[in-house]
Amino acid sequence: MGARPRDDEGVSPVRRQEAAAGDRSPAAVSARYGGAVTATGARGAGAAPARQTLAVLERQLVLFRRVWRGSVFSSLILPVLFLLSMGIGVGGYVGELEGAPYLQWIVPGLLSMTAFEIALVESTYPVMSDFKWTRAYFAISATPVGVAGILQGWLLYLVLRVVLAVAVFLVVAAGFGGLASPWAVVAPLVCTVLTLAVAAPVTAFAAVVDSDSYFALLFRFAMVPSSLFGGVFFPVERLPAAAQAAAQATPLWHAVELNRAATLGIPPAWPVAAHLAYLAVWGGVGCVLAAVAFRRRLYR
Amino acid sequence: MPAKTLCEIVVAVGYGRGVVGEQPLIYAEGLVKRFGDFVAVDGIDFQVRAGEAFGFLGPNGAGKSSTMRMIGCVSRPSGGVLRILGMDPVRQGAQIRARLGVCPQLDTLDQDLTVRENLITYARFFGIPRREARRRADALLEFVRLADRAGGKVEPLSGGMKRRLSIARALVNEPDIVLLDEPTTGLDPQARHLVWERLFQLKRQGTTLVLTTHYMDEAEQLCDRLVVMDGGRIVAEGSPRSLIETYCPAEVLELRFADGTPGEYADKLAGVGERLDPLPDRLLVYTDDGDEALAEVHRRGLIPSATLVRRATLEDVFLHLTGRTLVE
Repeated sequence: MGARPRDDEGVSPVRRQEAAAGDRSPAAVSARYGGAVTATGARGAGAAPARQTLAVLERQLVLFRRVWRGSVFSSLILPVLFLLSMGIGVGGYVGELEGAPYLQWIVPGLLSMTAFEIALVESTYPVMSDFKWTRAYFAISATPVGVAGILQGWLLYLVLRVVLAVAVFLVVAAGFGGLASPWAVVAPLVCTVLTLAVAAPVTAFAAVVDSDSYFALLFRFAMVPSSLFGGVFFPVERLPAAAQAAAQATPLWHAVELNRAATLGIPPAWPVAAHLAYLAVWGGVGCVLAAVAFRRRLYR
Repeated sequence: MPAKTLCEIVVAVGYGRGVVGEQPLIYAEGLVKRFGDFVAVDGIDFQVRAGEAFGFLGPNGAGKSSTMRMIGCVSRPSGGVLRILGMDPVRQGAQIRARLGVCPQLDTLDQDLTVRENLITYARFFGIPRREARRRADALLEFVRLADRAGGKVEPLSGGMKRRLSIARALVNEPDIVLLDEPTTGLDPQARHLVWERLFQLKRQGTTLVLTTHYMDEAEQLCDRLVVMDGGRIVAEGSPRSLIETYCPAEVLELRFADGTPGEYADKLAGVGERLDPLPDRLLVYTDDGDEALAEVHRRGLIPSATLVRRATLEDVFLHLTGRTLVE
């Protein structure tokens, strides 16, 4: 399926300014609609879904080019400050944890936390904004790009954002000797899965709630506790049983386990496939919920 | 494309119903839109032909925007038949949307992007190659007189400029039909005239325009044909001139009185003109000869504080059809 064929009797001023001639009479225009079947067959459905996804991604990247400076501190600098403070500062007192220097032990935690927080925070206000303030999703919904294209492009953008931040962090961590295994190269992949597991349901949430005060609740009661108790700074085994179960229910803990296994070169708490499957459930259910929420909101 | 599928044949048959001769770009029959128990559009029939400017006129809540959203394939009809460019909006929504240009009632521009970037990113949603998108963006910015703002952000633009940018964006895919939902609502008179002028230009070039408005003057200026909507139904249909001729005498005499309600004066003026319409602030006398009617008012010994003889407008048609003025 290709792009829409070029027709010389187009109805826009662009074409018209160039070729002022051309038969534009109602009869000529309507002759193109010789019937339902030819009209359907002749013109195709516009851009293919992959191109629609990329078009949505492209908009996000153009927007990001305008606003990236504002994200440098939280995405790139803050994680490094954590690395210095916790890994080197606190790590100097802690010594070793689970057989690894604390710096090396905490690097995968901080890495996962960075990915987790970018995925979560970026899925709140920007999504609400495109529904409520810029209303850009409504503009896109009037084009051939449907809900699938919007969501795919959006999630792809978040994955790129996260992978960029994670890559920078890995380079810095490597410079401080924070990586013990060459398996660290799979960390961006783990963070990609984590991003989908977090961003998809949060995007659905942001599409449903009508006030941004719900985001404050999300940050306080989901993001901060996950980051504090999800195995980033200390092993979840230190928690009481109930809290431990809660920590293990968060997507963050599963990503921390996978990334820690990768950068330390040790096996994770559960089989790798089990961790991935758990994250995939979050991502899958999140995508379905987001698609339903978007469809309800855009195509009433 | 393969041979006709059963689906397409059914569509073609459905499409043929009630259509004689030249096929309309938009065909609606018994179109209904319900939101729960609320009926926003209550069984309307209309057709839009290629190259015409077609208007939905009515007050807020008349069902205009719901109708436009159904035509724009972002709202599923609750009942009736709707065919756009010969296609079924439920099954072929994306294909139809590829060939529509939509200028929404509320601006949906990307505030953080430049004027030009807004057009280019939007063109990409239609699968238009980047180079072509840039070319069209520049041509359209010329067309809507925004070329000098191309590199500037959207946010500081005036309401009229933003609306013109929305119109340019609606044209970026070279659409077969342009949908404009209240294109000049909220604009000051000068900005409104510039929008009208551009839309008139489009119309002259043969673009099919479908617009909603609650401005009578807008409907009279732009529409070849229009339907008057009220309470989800179509209450009249025709060209602006034919509607006025059908529902109103040629002239209207407006009378204001310093004391007493217009209703009291209506009794005293019984028999003057063809019809009297007392509004809260003034009394309208529908007549073929406004000056003669005014003379009769004076003969009856009444001294209005202000008088105006004017041509009948769609506002008068609407008032006559619904018993209400069009004010929001």
